[in-house]
Amino acid sequence: MACLVRSWIPLLFLQSFLVAIAFGSNEGEEFSEELLLKPLPDRKVLAHFHFENRAPPSNSHGRNHHLFPKAISQLVQKFRVKEMELSFTQGRWNHEHWGGFDPLSSMNAKPVGVELWAVFDVPQSQVDISWKNLTHALSGLFCASINFLESSTSYAAPTWGFGTNSDKLRYGSLPREAVCTENLTPWLKLLPCRDKDGISALMNRPSVYRGFYHSQRLHLSTVESGQEGLGSGIVLEQTLTVVIQPETTSVETNMQPSWSLSSLFGRKVVGSCVLAKSSNVYLQLEGRLGHESKNVDTEIEAHKLWMNSDFDLSLKPDRVIRESSSLLFIFDIDKSSDSEPFDLGLTWKLPSKWSCEQAPLHASRFLMGSGNERGAIAILLKATESQEKLSGRNLTTDGRCTIKANIFQIFPWYIKVYYHTLQIFVDQQQKTDSEVLKKINVSPSTDKVSSGMLEMMLELPCEVKSAAISIEYDKGFLHIDEYPPDANQGFDIPSALISFPSHHASLDFQEELSKSPLLSSFKEKSLVRSYTEVLLVPLTTPDFSMPYNVITITCTIFALYFGSLLNVLRRRIGEEERFLKSQGKKRGGLKQLLSRLTAKIRGRPIEAPSSESPAAESSFLSSKLIFKIILVAGAAAAWQYFSTDK
Amino acid sequence: MATEKRDKEEEEVKTDDGSLKIKPRPIVQLGIFLVAHSPVFSVVFSAAGVLALLILPLLAKNTYISENALMPGSARSMLSNRDVSDGSKLVKDIKNYRLNHEGQVQKLIGKYMSEMGAEVYYQKFHPEGNQFHPLHFFSGPDSYTLLDNVSCASYGVNVAGIIRAPRGDGKESIVLVTPYDFINGGDYEALSLGITGTLFSLLARVTWLSKDIIWLVADSRYGDYRPVAAWLTEYHSPSFKDSDLLKCGELNTADKFRRAGTMAAALVLKVDGRSERFEDTLSIYAEASNGQMPNLDLINVVNYLAVHRQGFYVKVEKVVSLLSSSWLKIIGEIFEAVGKLAHTLNPDWNFGIPTADYLEGSATLASSLYSQALGIPTGPHGAFRDYQVDAITLKVSPRFPPDSKTRQHDFFLRGAKLLEGTIRSVNNLLEKFHQSFFLYLLTSPSKFISVGVYMIAFALLVASLPMVAASLYIDGCKALNNSTLNPAGNFKSWKWLDAAKQVFALHLFGLIVTLLPYFICQVPGQHSPSNRSIMWGTTSSSLLLITFATIPGCSPFSSRRHGTNWAVLKSVTISAAFIGLCLMSIINFATAEIGALLLVPTCLIVQPIKPALRSRRIKSLLGAFCSMVLLTIGFPVMLFAISKGLFGEGLVGLSLGGEFWTWLESLWAWKSATYLYIGMVHLPCWLLCLCILFHPS
Repeated sequence: MACLVRSWIPLLFLQSFLVAIAFGSNEGEEFSEELLLKPLPDRKVLAHFHFENRAPPSNSHGRNHHLFPKAISQLVQKFRVKEMELSFTQGRWNHEHWGGFDPLSSMNAKPVGVELWAVFDVPQSQVDISWKNLTHALSGLFCASINFLESSTSYAAPTWGFGTNSDKLRYGSLPREAVCTENLTPWLKLLPCRDKDGISALMNRPSVYRGFYHSQRLHLSTVESGQEGLGSGIVLEQTLTVVIQPETTSVETNMQPSWSLSSLFGRKVVGSCVLAKSSNVYLQLEGRLGHESKNVDTEIEAHKLWMNSDFDLSLKPDRVIRESSSLLFIFDIDKSSDSEPFDLGLTWKLPSKWSCEQAPLHASRFLMGSGNERGAIAILLKATESQEKLSGRNLTTDGRCTIKANIFQIFPWYIKVYYHTLQIFVDQQQKTDSEVLKKINVSPSTDKVSSGMLEMMLELPCEVKSAAISIEYDKGFLHIDEYPPDANQGFDIPSALISFPSHHASLDFQEELSKSPLLSSFKEKSLVRSYTEVLLVPLTTPDFSMPYNVITITCTIFALYFGSLLNVLRRRIGEEERFLKSQGKKRGGLKQLLSRLTAKIRGRPIEAPSSESPAAESSFLSSKLIFKIILVAGAAAAWQYFSTDK
Repeated sequence: MATEKRDKEEEEVKTDDGSLKIKPRPIVQLGIFLVAHSPVFSVVFSAAGVLALLILPLLAKNTYISENALMPGSARSMLSNRDVSDGSKLVKDIKNYRLNHEGQVQKLIGKYMSEMGAEVYYQKFHPEGNQFHPLHFFSGPDSYTLLDNVSCASYGVNVAGIIRAPRGDGKESIVLVTPYDFINGGDYEALSLGITGTLFSLLARVTWLSKDIIWLVADSRYGDYRPVAAWLTEYHSPSFKDSDLLKCGELNTADKFRRAGTMAAALVLKVDGRSERFEDTLSIYAEASNGQMPNLDLINVVNYLAVHRQGFYVKVEKVVSLLSSSWLKIIGEIFEAVGKLAHTLNPDWNFGIPTADYLEGSATLASSLYSQALGIPTGPHGAFRDYQVDAITLKVSPRFPPDSKTRQHDFFLRGAKLLEGTIRSVNNLLEKFHQSFFLYLLTSPSKFISVGVYMIAFALLVASLPMVAASLYIDGCKALNNSTLNPAGNFKSWKWLDAAKQVFALHLFGLIVTLLPYFICQVPGQHSPSNRSIMWGTTSSSLLLITFATIPGCSPFSSRRHGTNWAVLKSVTISAAFIGLCLMSIINFATAEIGALLLVPTCLIVQPIKPALRSRRIKSLLGAFCSMVLLTIGFPVMLFAISKGLFGEGLVGLSLGGEFWTWLESLWAWKSATYLYIGMVHLPCWLLCLCILFHPS
């Protein structure tokens, strides 16, 4: 493997050199790979891979890419995608321990399953068509059932609740989509070095999928050139966020586990991807280090930062950047080679504790009620500890301090929500809508046609401890062929999105940065948002395992219906009477026998037979009949006995 | 039923016209035949019904795991000694803490849970349980937090810890409940915490979880059921309003409640008393309110793992007094002999079982039937059934005294392994439990009778009722035609109206009697149960007298001119009983079964006593005597006394009224439909039978 890589590297160098000659400008496509590592307070480690691929604006006709994936550029051109984000996630983001107020979590904490949103640059009437085509194209590209988002019952068009204000935005999510390597492989194919070289070589499938959370994201946006005749440029951002628990041998529970890249991923980095403009690894240490001395200019001070009494880094960082509450160590992996692979390690010497910054309110969502008929959805917003120290509070005109919270929620049509039952409680006091509700936008669902959507903006006082929103619903009935497989598990309600429009997360670096796409994206202000849990609603489900019963009952009903219908059509009463009279004699015997039998049972004298047939004949008949029955029964018993004996 | 009705109509047509025009179709003929010979068939059917009930233990099938995804016992247990020592340490800590400290053990358990990496919270609840309210009888579990002006004098505190599944999506959860009395819980009770603590220590570090695990330590100071019900109410229907309860005590529990998705299953673990057998004993309790049962697969999994993996002796409750009853033994011997005979005839006929097995089976069956019929849950698991969660209670009795350290380790390991296996099976489940039976009776932990088999007995018992009703109606009509000469006789089809009036009046009376306890409870002042029952009895009897006095023709003592024909009255009574029993069989089958066993013979046999005494024939005197006996047994209070005696709860003395009141109170507090059945079906039918018995004909 290493051999192969080594032999390829000169070739690739040559290639990139040629390419550089051919295009000969700094306007060319750029690719950069970065990895951010961050120990988390609950003894886990977060690894955030970030790959950015930029294609500058140029003439769209006859265009060839040499780094940028052709599939994506074709997608953008074909469906006129202005901005798009697709994420595949497994596991839940732990807002309490992993943070909720930094750019990393607000961008990469995604709902379970698949989430897709896209803004189109087409006339309003064609947005839905473009969306449907896009879902199918992505479905093929990523080996996932994204095409289920095509149906109008599964997506919505948020107006302002999602954060991006556009009427050409479509949003949909599939909570039940299982995420696996088959989704990762096509995603990796979009990278110029795939997972053969550079940072992406770390993505060892077992270690990635062993993690507590992993979310692979693809975000693309087009950049208008502004020049006449030139098309638009595309920025493709691919991230993979993984939370891994390092294996430890220490028994001490309050000691943070030590780790290295090779222990986390089972692989090491040998050199960067040669096509990448920059390939860096960052290590972010949060919390307790922020308040230390501010001048890190001297060499000794810097050395102290990465090799001190608390922890040791196995490699010397190229740079150390200070943020308001954390330290960022930057490593350039260009220097590493086969003989000297890049294997960053962190060894803790002393127990340390810190906490992550949390969003102003922690959101959780749950179902209320029981039974198969009605229920309610409740969203509970709880104040977090970091609420007090947060800036970004809004002062309204009358001087009150408020927190704004947007709630965006899609309801599948079989959850028939009664929007008038919306109740809002703030600190256990019920509030009227006008007191806290600043804006609300409701689009009710249509049965089997479209899903419902609720967007609302709450304005809560800053000192709020908890707020609860509840809304009642009825459970609908599905047609028998609309049930998905494993219908008895229940039906999912996609995550609600809670965003705080007046709060923005950003990392505030004190120094001027080099052009690192990851760090500059962190420096930009991003909306603080968090997704709630997916809910499972048990609906009434028919018993699919009993088709036999259904067939039997249906056949019986058919037989009864047609039988009686034919009877009515066919019968001629007069004919029948005559026939019965002629047959009376024959039937008389059996009837008499029955009457005699019952008379014997009741212990009464035999009533005189009404029929004309003589008694002797009937008794003869009956004894014959009894004899016959006994004979048949005996034969049957003998047959049974002898046949089973063998 | 529909055919019977049609038969009746056809019959009428025939009698009205006097002459046979068309020969009726065979099915109609059969109906006519059955109605004509109803006395024979009613006896045959009733006897067959009782017989079918008696042979149920023979027809029991072995249980099997129906849902393939469960795969019980296929995974290797991952429990280690470290987990067990964690559990043992918890038990020791609790013991020491309670010796040295006064105060809340809950915090200690909470600390243990959070050390394991779980999310912990405390919940306060009020011990006040269910209040009878006639309008809320069939409504779902309501929010108890609506209670205003709560006092801080008595409240309980539950502890719950949630382990989040590492890679799960948090949509579903499995609940473990250990009731523990934090004030005066015994050493045995603490062992249940040890077992669950051991398991929790394991579950906190495993990676195979797909559903979250909730461990609830319920404060059983005020009973086992109440804390669990309170927790479930808070889980499913919290009140977002301010509650005074939150301010009680130093423990702040406001806004700390956490949830973990839809519950897939719940297991309640209790350890009590020492096992009298050589092995550790595991008792399974499954009956929830109104005879609802959890899915049979849940019991199967536990039973399979307990018997085949951990070597527990598994049992379900049984009526002990039946084990020694001689008549049942004789029946068992007869069945055994018949089974042997059948086996010699054909070696494939293997329905015979030994007498001992039959006795065990019928004792368990009787207990199963009784617990379902009573409609009162047999443990805290009943609270889960109200939210459509499958749950069972496991009561483990160790064979060693609680202070034996060496045995304790082994006991914890095995108990935790059992729970681990069960949780792993439920964890495997993609869908909720739906594959196996919900309607069944148990005759042993590994044998069951499904609904298709046990409803035969009921169907046979009830089948005779419409037949007899039809034939009595015809007889009554004939008698009326002969006796009455008034012009009202023209409305021939309205003959049942008088009788129906009487039946309706008595059913109305039954409804009022059913609702009376609510009003008696509203009477100010403290009253003993005996006093209350006396109040109830007197009001009811005076109401009955008023009913008889005001509605003419209702009373059995009214003059003959007003009185209806007893045959028509009996026919309408039987129809009412039939409808009542059929309705009840939908709500709670076991109640309907036992009710039919009592009501059907009474209704069939009852006849006016006066003609019987006048005639002085042995047959009619015997019939009168039988109906007297059956009517005495049928009186609800008498029934209660007999059932008490049968379950070996000692002789009931003068306090019978009080005890009966308490029993009924428990029935309505648990919202048992049996209470409604007794008040609205059994009592009116019994009174009507009494009316027939003393009918002045």
